[in-house]
Amino acid sequence: MSKPNTYRPNTLRDGPDETGHFGIFGGQFVAETLMPLVHDVAKAYEAAKADPEFEAEKAYYLSQYVGRPSPLYLAQRLTDHLGGAKVYLKREDLNHTGAHKVNNTIGQILLAKRMGKSRIIAETGAGQHGVATATVCALFDIPCTIYMGTKDIERQAPNVFRMKMLGAEVKPVTVGSCSLKDALNEAIRDWVTNVDSTYFLIGTAAGMHPFPMMVRDFQCVIGDEVREQIMEAEGRLPDTLVACIGGGSNAIGLFHPFLDDQDVKIIGTEAAGKGIETGEHAASLTAGSPGVLHGNRMYLLQDDDGQVQEADSISAGLDYPGIGPEHCWLHDMGRVEYVPVTDTEALDAFHALTKLEGIIPALESSHALAHAMKIAPDLPKDHILVVNLSGRGDKDLNTVAHAMGVDMGVNL
Amino acid sequence: MTYVMSGDPDLETGQAILNGLPGAGADIIELGMAFSDPMADGPSIQAAAIRALDAGVTLKKTLDQVRTFRIEDDETPIVLMGYYNPIHHYGVEAFVQDAKEAGADGLIVVDLPPEEESELCIPALQGGLNFIYLTTPTTDDGRLPRVVEKASGFVYYVSVKGTTGAGSAAVSDIDAAVKRIRKHTDLPVAVGFGITTPEAAADVAAVSDAAVVGSALVNRVRDNLDADGKAGPGLVDEVLGFVGDLAASVRKTQSKG
Repeated sequence: MSKPNTYRPNTLRDGPDETGHFGIFGGQFVAETLMPLVHDVAKAYEAAKADPEFEAEKAYYLSQYVGRPSPLYLAQRLTDHLGGAKVYLKREDLNHTGAHKVNNTIGQILLAKRMGKSRIIAETGAGQHGVATATVCALFDIPCTIYMGTKDIERQAPNVFRMKMLGAEVKPVTVGSCSLKDALNEAIRDWVTNVDSTYFLIGTAAGMHPFPMMVRDFQCVIGDEVREQIMEAEGRLPDTLVACIGGGSNAIGLFHPFLDDQDVKIIGTEAAGKGIETGEHAASLTAGSPGVLHGNRMYLLQDDDGQVQEADSISAGLDYPGIGPEHCWLHDMGRVEYVPVTDTEALDAFHALTKLEGIIPALESSHALAHAMKIAPDLPKDHILVVNLSGRGDKDLNTVAHAMGVDMGVNL
Repeated sequence: MTYVMSGDPDLETGQAILNGLPGAGADIIELGMAFSDPMADGPSIQAAAIRALDAGVTLKKTLDQVRTFRIEDDETPIVLMGYYNPIHHYGVEAFVQDAKEAGADGLIVVDLPPEEESELCIPALQGGLNFIYLTTPTTDDGRLPRVVEKASGFVYYVSVKGTTGAGSAAVSDIDAAVKRIRKHTDLPVAVGFGITTPEAAADVAAVSDAAVVGSALVNRVRDNLDADGKAGPGLVDEVLGFVGDLAASVRKTQSKG
């Protein structure tokens, strides 16, 4: 039945509300010192969005510097191997710097420049966001400081060295679990102290409003491209989308443009670490409850007293006890299905893709791949499944070698 | 005004410090509610929170400490200071009721700006607890009315841009800021962050209604731990002695003024 042109269907795409909430999630749980600046960022972003020059500049860098659009690659050997659904990979690993993170840092560095900020800080887990931030700071000649937990510095050494070569100062964070959560705490402390000069370039679709919305908007280039590319390749929308979730930026970037297409099944994969039952995991939606941390209400791993628990995952980028507010909202309303994937399953997928397609995926992305490999064999051959290959795995070789019992310096 | 972390370095010693504060000269007590991720705190109070949590403090036990304190002292105001998540997890309604019943007078929750007033500020006011808002050097005249609109008890001026215990502001800047805040509210103005010595406390108290000392006090706890990180023999006396020095210095200035 056709509807008049003026009819606007209910949409899942116009969140958050004006106070930064997706349902009960999100918000602005921020110390007063930062609050005026957070409002400034929101205002500056609204103005930038409406400015064709900003959009043009962003588009220029995404195409000429990042190398977009990234291919949507039909993984034929993987598909044949699985014997079911047709598996496409969205190749965010082919972006400059090797992951989706740069889509966001290009957008935010242009915003920081517009706001006249002279210093950038950022948090990083796997180091992909740190590298993407250090990269754009080199490009635009702005000093930057990256906070990174010592646990992550150890397991992501190549990325630490890359950041330093790009001119960033990498500040090791030695408190708490020494991973992403604590890097965020330290970055927020820095921001409170240097509030006038400094822009906090948050790397995921979480934190205080407007960051979850802004980071999502910058990452939506992923899903927008997939729509066009799959229409060209198959003449129709995909049946299933799969992406991994730490904070959730690559996933929301892929999912958001499809939220209103009810026939598209959407699946997010959380890091189940050594297994949900062991308690050593990062599956906030599966095993957490709503809480408030880092400026927003979200699902959070916490104890009976509301103390935040340490997350655990082989993948540094997913090793976070919370998850972006829009995912929490989509989870509660049932639009997106979120499933846990263990370290072992991710490692198996890592090896499979490397051998079958000659593509070394990031351990983060391997979590998405693992679930796709789990469901694809039981799906019909005309089922179109798109996996977001959010990053490349070169940075993870030490971790994978360690898991295999290989000492790269000795017995390669 | 003094800030101590509840249950630091252990529940028993923390209780002894708390109970001794009025006698040592504290007019108002800020009692820290430990949180795993204290984003607005510097190293001193972060370490205190870790000590307290390691010693087994919980929000419920913090309220128990207030309850025990009230057996002996029914007058000295206690303001609970911390972060929202433990309260959120406890349940706002239950927390307001239990905190009031335990004998707390007010709340300072660092990560609840006026934008989130419906979360806890309004329920607290309805439940008979004061809700104290923080104002900072970045809170300009355009924003101040919004910040003090629902404030009660007093207004807490954070005198430095930064975390607790980091740096300190010039007294002339504090003076100007307090005067600016007083244009927008009749509530008393307390000043905190970066006040570490009895002299500084007196200088700040002379241009405001109260000086808050936190990190420096918490450092006295740290400095009196034994090799195993347990409370050393003179810890309580040392902490309370410092409070006495602070109070004496502030009173001397006030009597002059």
